[in-house]
Amino acid sequence: MITQLDGLINKEYTEIPQYTPKDFKAPIDVRWCAGCGGYSILSQVQRIMPDIGVPKEKIVFVSGIGCSSRFPYYMDVYGFHSIHGRALAIASGLKVARPDLSVWVATGDGDCMSIGGNHMIHASRRNVDINVIMFNNEIYSLTKGQFSPTSRVGQKTKSSPFGVLDDPFNPSSLALGSGSTFVARGYDNNPSHMKHLFQRAAQHKGFSFVEIYANCVIFNDGAFDEYTRKETRPTSTINLEHGKPLVFGFKNELGIIMDGYKPKVVNLDEGKYSVNDLIIHNEEDSTLALILSDMSFNPELPRPMGVIYAESKPTYDQKVTWQINDLIERKGEGNLEDLMRGDEWWEIK
Amino acid sequence: MEQQFVEVEKAVIRFAGDSGDGMQLTGTQFSDTSAEMGNIVNTFPDYPSEIRAPEGTLYGVSAYQIHFGATNTNTPGDKIDVLVAMNAASLKVNLKDVKKHGILLLNKAGFKDKNLKLAKYESNPIEDGSLKGYQVFAYDINEQVRRVLEDFDLPPKMIDRTKNLFALGLAYWLFDRPLEPTQNWLNKKFGKDEKIRDANLKVFKAGYNFGAMGQDLAVRYIVRPADLRKGIYRNITGNNAVALGLAVAAQKAELPLFLGSYPITPATEILHFISGYKQYGVKHMQMEDEIAGITSAIGASYGGALAATTTSGPGLSLKVEAMGLAVMLELPLVVVDVQRAGPSTGLPTKPEQSDLLMALWGRHGEAPIPVLAASTATDCFDMTIEAARIAIKYMTPVILLTDGYIAQGSEAWKVPTLDELPDISIKFATDKETYAPYKRDPETLARPWAVPGTPGLEHRIGGLEKDNITGLVSHDPLNHQRMCEIRAEKVERIVQDIPDLVVDGDESGELLLVTWGSTWGSARNALASLREKDLKISHVHLKYLNPLPANLGDIMSNFKKILVPELNLGQLKILLQYKYMRPIIGLNKVQGNTFTAEEIANKIEEILLSEGVSK
Repeated sequence: MITQLDGLINKEYTEIPQYTPKDFKAPIDVRWCAGCGGYSILSQVQRIMPDIGVPKEKIVFVSGIGCSSRFPYYMDVYGFHSIHGRALAIASGLKVARPDLSVWVATGDGDCMSIGGNHMIHASRRNVDINVIMFNNEIYSLTKGQFSPTSRVGQKTKSSPFGVLDDPFNPSSLALGSGSTFVARGYDNNPSHMKHLFQRAAQHKGFSFVEIYANCVIFNDGAFDEYTRKETRPTSTINLEHGKPLVFGFKNELGIIMDGYKPKVVNLDEGKYSVNDLIIHNEEDSTLALILSDMSFNPELPRPMGVIYAESKPTYDQKVTWQINDLIERKGEGNLEDLMRGDEWWEIK
Repeated sequence: MEQQFVEVEKAVIRFAGDSGDGMQLTGTQFSDTSAEMGNIVNTFPDYPSEIRAPEGTLYGVSAYQIHFGATNTNTPGDKIDVLVAMNAASLKVNLKDVKKHGILLLNKAGFKDKNLKLAKYESNPIEDGSLKGYQVFAYDINEQVRRVLEDFDLPPKMIDRTKNLFALGLAYWLFDRPLEPTQNWLNKKFGKDEKIRDANLKVFKAGYNFGAMGQDLAVRYIVRPADLRKGIYRNITGNNAVALGLAVAAQKAELPLFLGSYPITPATEILHFISGYKQYGVKHMQMEDEIAGITSAIGASYGGALAATTTSGPGLSLKVEAMGLAVMLELPLVVVDVQRAGPSTGLPTKPEQSDLLMALWGRHGEAPIPVLAASTATDCFDMTIEAARIAIKYMTPVILLTDGYIAQGSEAWKVPTLDELPDISIKFATDKETYAPYKRDPETLARPWAVPGTPGLEHRIGGLEKDNITGLVSHDPLNHQRMCEIRAEKVERIVQDIPDLVVDGDESGELLLVTWGSTWGSARNALASLREKDLKISHVHLKYLNPLPANLGDIMSNFKKILVPELNLGQLKILLQYKYMRPIIGLNKVQGNTFTAEEIANKIEEILLSEGVSK
């Protein structure tokens, strides 16, 4: 069937303009609070955009509701600020209808994991080719400080004056458990690391889930200090690199081995273990990904940062197109008049 | 024994049995054959919400009713001329609808002690005289099919399963239907399994011959072909017509079709049909919930597809917030609500018209949405295309209301060619010099549709209020008022683009009957019966509920009384009273079925009598 969209969808680009990050800055003021983690995320996203190999007009940012969801207004590409929790369902419909677009979702811990939790797990399991950046600040900020599904047990917020009772989601485990084919974690005060993760997400064909620890200076200031400050970060986090052993510490003196099926910290300086005994990170190993992600909330273990998992498999939007093409190839393009007539028809002469 | 033919203008037959007895298939065959021989046909399936309710129970009864005639039937019919009942429970459930002296074709094998007990009969109605007043013909159909198939090496269960075809054959004999259409169908359906095919063909023919050779069925009925316009015809249900309407609308709009949906009775069939349209380039997503159904469609619409979502009442409730978003975004979207009896789960398989006020007003904020309603199964096709036309032209979500009655009921449809249907295409925005997201068409007030992929038109939209013209986020109070008023006026202006009502009957008088949706058929039949008595009543039928047709107020002002029959507790009545400031008489029914013509006719007579109007 010929449609008005065919020209746009099939347009061939011999050359993509040489953009600069500035080309992706929308001509309006960014209205996040001074010191908000959002700024550095925005700036890194704008920085990778010239290099992802997609013409500007083919890029769409979709969001839901929350501080993070103002993101599309700040990007000078196509943008869609929707309603609470629904960005991933909107993005799914958009990507399936328009596989030619590069579709991004900016969301937060409340938007994505609470009101939008259902859409998160289903977009993830379908492997729709969408890049999700989840700003995790472990709080509802736009509604002024209630606990979120990633807030910690005991955390005192406006809606939990005596401490949060519910256990939080571990976002990377939820993403892995629901079938995400790309799962990564970074934090707002490490721009070059973030930039790398966004580039990887952009390259990945399939559902990419990138969790960024984003400090909320107003309602949850310092929530991630332990993992982001240079005084504590070397021992509280571990940076995952594909094909490399799991080492961390101020002088890379610490490592992770497998003790049975449990990861365990060892000190390489003690002489009992060498680098050869350590777990080698393999992004493509789904079992290892679950084990590494599960380290996140274990106080005995460093919190993993970087690309936890990356799997290559057909995307949902590709499969929709393939199924259509396959049927057309086998049965020929449908004639609507035949369809209207159906199998059981008769003629009055 | 000599057989006598009696010619009748119309007749109603209902096949009833256990939900596993194949009654839907039997009814469909009778209906297809009748339509093919030129009768006008209306059907309605009536089945329990349980998939396979326990055998023989009252709540497990499944039925299929066919109203066929030489003249317009309009509805699946009120009272039944012939009831085919395969067991005691199906007789018990359906007997109340059979006409006085109507024909009962009963399968004796379904009236054993166990069946009687399950149907809560104290004694066997075939034998205890309680069916006096009907023409009862009871045969042991199980016994008959076993005899017919004695040479077939088939398990007894499979043999028993053919009994519906025996009953169908008998019904064909009774109404003088040709056997070929069903024989062709059986050949096609069971072509791969010769033994099963031959068994079915043999039993079907045996049922017919049983009538011909029988001693007691002395009268046969003839329903002549109607005087129909030349052309290609088929039977179609409302749900199928909506699905086809969406596919055709997309083609006429030169847009790809996208359906985002979630299964819900009685709307699910639309999803089934559309999921089969892959060859036509149609994309669909069965989403994780109703909200994702509509929001995925909104995403596809943003991408430039003709997008639709289909649902029933509980699903419409869940889609409300997203409909408000579509109003704010001003993106085209077709929302089909196949109404069922509510609130909550209500009577999931039964029709009602009780979502009207929700469709009109059930959103937070000032969120006007055009609302259309289909009146018959085939009208679902036309109104779906109309909903798409309005959605695209005015850049707005549109709600199309159908209901379980016309969605599942079928009638013969004169299949149009694509050329006969209107071109509803519009052009996407492309000019970056003149483009602004909310710079409107001065006539329709529609904003331009700029889809991703268009160079230079990168813009941001969203649920936050936008500045008129530029589309930038705006908290300016005066701008918000202006935008609310513009959105309202945009929907009101559609009135210029919809047909005026044509009154059926005199332009003024004592009583105007106003109907909407599926009550059209019952109202037509009621009017026909009253006009035979020389009573003067006028009728208008509303397909557009928002905006209402421009001349409705003037028409109403020419009548002393106005009657609105509807399957709710008075929702159109509220709308008309508020809008035209005059009292309306309601006739309201929420019993999980539609009006009989008699109910409407009686109400009209009662009103006219109280007025002292004589013939």
